Amino acid sequence: MTDLSRRKWIKAGIAATAGVAGLGVAARLAEKYGLVPPDHGGIWGLGETLTYASQRLLTRHSMAREFPSSQISKRPFANEIDPPSEEFKRLQAGGFADWRLTVDGMVARPASFSLAQLKSYESRSHITMLQCEEGWSYIAEWTGVPLSRVLEDVDVQPQAKFVVYRSIEHGWWDSLDMADALHPQTFLAYGLNGDELPVANGGPLRMRVPRQLGYKNVKFLTHLTVTDSMKKFGKGFGSSAPEAGYAWYAGI
Amino acid sequence: MATSGSMRVPPGTEVSSSASTASVTKAAARHSALVRVTHWIISLCFFALLVSGAELVISHPRFYWGETGNIWITPLFQFHIPSSRALVPTGYGYVLPDQNGWSRYLHFQTAWVLILTGALYVIFGFVSGHFRKDLLPRKADLSWRALSATIASHLRFARPSEAEAWSYNVLQRLTYLFVIFVLFPLVIWTGLAMSPAFVSAVPAAVTLLGGQQSARTIHFFVSIALVLFLLVHIVMICLAGFRSRMRAMITGRAGSQRERT
Repeated sequence: MTDLSRRKWIKAGIAATAGVAGLGVAARLAEKYGLVPPDHGGIWGLGETLTYASQRLLTRHSMAREFPSSQISKRPFANEIDPPSEEFKRLQAGGFADWRLTVDGMVARPASFSLAQLKSYESRSHITMLQCEEGWSYIAEWTGVPLSRVLEDVDVQPQAKFVVYRSIEHGWWDSLDMADALHPQTFLAYGLNGDELPVANGGPLRMRVPRQLGYKNVKFLTHLTVTDSMKKFGKGFGSSAPEAGYAWYAGI
Repeated sequence: MATSGSMRVPPGTEVSSSASTASVTKAAARHSALVRVTHWIISLCFFALLVSGAELVISHPRFYWGETGNIWITPLFQFHIPSSRALVPTGYGYVLPDQNGWSRYLHFQTAWVLILTGALYVIFGFVSGHFRKDLLPRKADLSWRALSATIASHLRFARPSEAEAWSYNVLQRLTYLFVIFVLFPLVIWTGLAMSPAFVSAVPAAVTLLGGQQSARTIHFFVSIALVLFLLVHIVMICLAGFRSRMRAMITGRAGSQRERT
């Protein structure tokens, strides 16, 4: 009996050691291959890390669904927004001629773009769904310049891991990993259904990330910062969403 | 059930009318340890998913068919309850507190635990023969005579026979198989079909269902079906003897007749 139970204990010990070592190796590998989201801590860290890691393994290059123009929603639903700031109203009064998108951080050539400069890039469009975490959705044609095209021009350093983007409205910011930042469907969007992007939908400039939920599509974009770590931004969770209790990665 | 054949005794049980308590404890478990552990983990997950799922419905208590849905689009149906969002026209002059943050985190985290635990259970079910031995209906029980007799006894709310403390009757087997191989896969599929990233890799997951809003609506109905299953499951446990059935699923031991009454 003692022999049997000793053998059992040895087996259990080996299994436990292998398990712990395996988890350690898995964690190191996940970190190395960028499979750990900035908001991996806390009680929801397990679920968020599993989701983000799985999506990065499955969807790094996949394309969001595009729809025929017949499926464009009759009325693009505009979610409620806070009353605009004085600064926004001043720029709006000037027809957004003085609107600037500043790009800095880990780039060889920091730059500041006017809307006209962004529109001088070859424009791209896609008809995609905007899906809110609340449950509603609509399909629209989005026009803009791929974020990757602008990042190419400012020459992103190879060790960059995230692109942080900020709204003119204070405290509204988010970030994308390089897989989503360089994705061909990720736009700096300035057009909706063939017209200028309405203010209600985020005009004059909005981040458009069709592989993630609506809240990742920050409105009134003024600032991009390329970085290798999210630790220095806000509470280090990757965006203002986790600080308000929502997941950083919103591809679900 | 008179038609379910003779009383079945699990292997390893000492068949003796005067079986002592000690011999019962030594007997093979009614439910294996893996079935018991996964049963309770999945129960907890389902409860968490239900609570968080209900909260997510409140933020937009309208359901649609097709790809898109919002307040400008006619819903398939809606709940006349106050929403947690001011934009939803509910007819109420107030909104409920927004609890979507933790609800979403809880929903997805428990979904992961449920899927991983469920996968372990399904693998075990095939490898150990649990599905074949315990859940696949016996041929004789699938005849119309046998089926109608079982249904009739259920409709009379007859207490299950002693044999059913050790083995599932044909209706239980069919129901459990339906829950394990139809309802749970469907609820997972329709859940994944609402993920914009997942459907970018597997578009058929959502197009086969008729669109993203259809997926949300089906997800809701399958959840309701699972809740109905849970209610019937609990009623049947109470009818069969709450304490003995709970003990069987917690400790693995099926009680004697005396203990069951």
